[in-house]
Amino acid sequence: MEKFISVTSIATPFPRVNVDTDIIIPAKHLKSIKRTGFGEHAFETIRYEADGKLIPDNVFDGERYKGAKILIAGDNFGCGSSREHAPWAIAELGYRCIIAPSFADIFAGNCVKNGILTVALKQEEVDALVLAAEAGHEIHVNLNDQAVTCQNAKYEFDFNPAHKEMLLNGLDEIGQTLQSGTAIKSYEDKQKLMTPWLFRG
Amino acid sequence: MPRTMYDKIWDHHVVEDRGNGVVLLYIDRHLVHEVTSPQAFDGLRASGRPVRRVDSIIAVPDHNVPTKDRNLPNPDPMSTAQLEALEANAREFGLDYIDMNDDRQGIVHVVGPEQGFTQPGVTLVCGDSHTSTHGAFGALAFGIGTSEVEHVLATQTLELKKSKNMRVTVTGELPLGCSAKDVALAIIGAIGTGGGTAHVIEYAGPVIEALSMEGRMTLCNMSIEAGARAGLVAPDEKTFEYLKGRPYAPKGGQWEAAVNYWKALKSDEGAHFDKEITIDGSQIVPLVTWGTSPEDVVPVTANVPGPDDYTDPAKKEAVEKALDYMGYAAGTPMTGFKVDRVFIGSCTNSRIEDMREAASVIKGRKVADHIIEAMVVPGSGLVKLQAEEEGLDKVFTDAGFEWRDPGCSMCLAMNPDKAGPGEHVASTSNRNFVGRQGPGARTHLVSPAMAAAAAIAGHFVDVRNF
Ligand code: SF4
Repeated sequence: MEKFISVTSIATPFPRVNVDTDIIIPAKHLKSIKRTGFGEHAFETIRYEADGKLIPDNVFDGERYKGAKILIAGDNFGCGSSREHAPWAIAELGYRCIIAPSFADIFAGNCVKNGILTVALKQEEVDALVLAAEAGHEIHVNLNDQAVTCQNAKYEFDFNPAHKEMLLNGLDEIGQTLQSGTAIKSYEDKQKLMTPWLFRG
Repeated sequence: MPRTMYDKIWDHHVVEDRGNGVVLLYIDRHLVHEVTSPQAFDGLRASGRPVRRVDSIIAVPDHNVPTKDRNLPNPDPMSTAQLEALEANAREFGLDYIDMNDDRQGIVHVVGPEQGFTQPGVTLVCGDSHTSTHGAFGALAFGIGTSEVEHVLATQTLELKKSKNMRVTVTGELPLGCSAKDVALAIIGAIGTGGGTAHVIEYAGPVIEALSMEGRMTLCNMSIEAGARAGLVAPDEKTFEYLKGRPYAPKGGQWEAAVNYWKALKSDEGAHFDKEITIDGSQIVPLVTWGTSPEDVVPVTANVPGPDDYTDPAKKEAVEKALDYMGYAAGTPMTGFKVDRVFIGSCTNSRIEDMREAASVIKGRKVADHIIEAMVVPGSGLVKLQAEEEGLDKVFTDAGFEWRDPGCSMCLAMNPDKAGPGEHVASTSNRNFVGRQGPGARTHLVSPAMAAAAAIAGHFVDVRNF
């Protein structure tokens, strides 16, 4: 997994509330059996006309926010389905960090697995960052310090400590868990006696 | 200390405490479908890891299967590739696989309970957010992403932080003409799509106790639309009755032991809930969504709201956008609102009871002339067979509905089942997001009875006096 320590970049302001996973990547594009190729369809209804023409100057493709690695989003970002295609698509657009007042649980979990940091800040702090992003200011996000800084402002954020360690070290989570193999085995042995109907053979 | 049902199931499954509220949680059951699993199996292959417990898995295709004439070749090569990948992966890793042409095939969230695979007290996951459905049995069931699917396949665990406890109590008695879908929509309308974020919701109270297992599944299904990680209903005699004798249910002497274990799961008297909501069930009426979020819900007898009905500027803007997308003005009455297409199906409302509810409304009537298409998509082959045995298919086809093969179908429009741009769809599914049922399609979430009535009338009607 890709590490995340810090990022400094201009940011794309996209503060719409309740942006769901069907907006991030519509279901009709979920047929691929690969992990890549979703970026071109990301935020399709915001970036393209119904006839497939790119909408000039949309926030994702216009010159203004080109190269932004940070997305400033609205409340309840990523609600809806569990599709990991959503963070895959966002990563392909070049984003490493999303800042919003809140995130849907499954979406936030999926981001971690893909080296994307989700930062939840207070609504007024996000509002301030939207203005800063629109003004073209750089924003600095540091996971070690759990802080976002922009010009003179500094906002601290909470983060799941297990996820922090994973992101900072770019850990292979499955490999890590397999180190607990003995504990898993002994849990199973105990359960075979307690709830034998859940085991077959 | 008194514990909630969620606390008990959680505690029982802790393999290792990682500190700071994070644990390694054991996963008992895993449902696998074609859309969110191919990349996970690729990951296993790439790292040479086996599946840890094949007996904990059922694999079944649902999202992408054709619902019309499965004997014809699938015209979509990408869809075919995805369906073939599931079958190949299931065979390679030795999983229980239910083929597209098997009577047991259907939507994962219909198949799991039907097979007795879903049981009280288990942890159950699936790469699909509506896994919350299985909470109807008192199972801790939640959706996961593809990386987590791979993690569970390889380790039978997930590293998780516990959610908070929330209880939604629905008091009184549900009025005639209302069903579990209206309860779900009423709750989401009351608490909003973020109302359950970071919580697991336990549903309680007389209305919930009175619901059938099918109704409880409908309700728990939409927990995710309320933002919750999972929904739970305490298992009771109805739960045990439903499970008894099903293929994966405990057999012989184990049945008694299991029931005793299940009975001990309910929340203790005085257990702490971080959030409590009470809703008067006797005040619930048939509901319809007017906008592009499941919280955009009004009684069918009401008018579409407008930006002026809200004070929050973000909400005002969202309402304006929603009205624009849905193509009507604030203040339009919901009854009388024209419907172009009708979809009865999805993991929310495609069980036998839903089929009966819809059929009872349309019996002897005809679908309105201007309706482009009205379709019924049973949740599984077994639901389909049962309905046919009861003659429900005849009721539907005589009225002018299409009677399809089981799958997700127009719930998410991954296959040819979709609505055209600008069309208004009366749908029994769970999401009315922009473009969910096809680019530009306008979805209205309703109960099976309300969808059936809309098909006959050609517009939304109050099913209570229909
Ligand atoms: S029916 Fe709809 S909501 Fe349910 S699993 Fe299928 S796509 Fe998801």
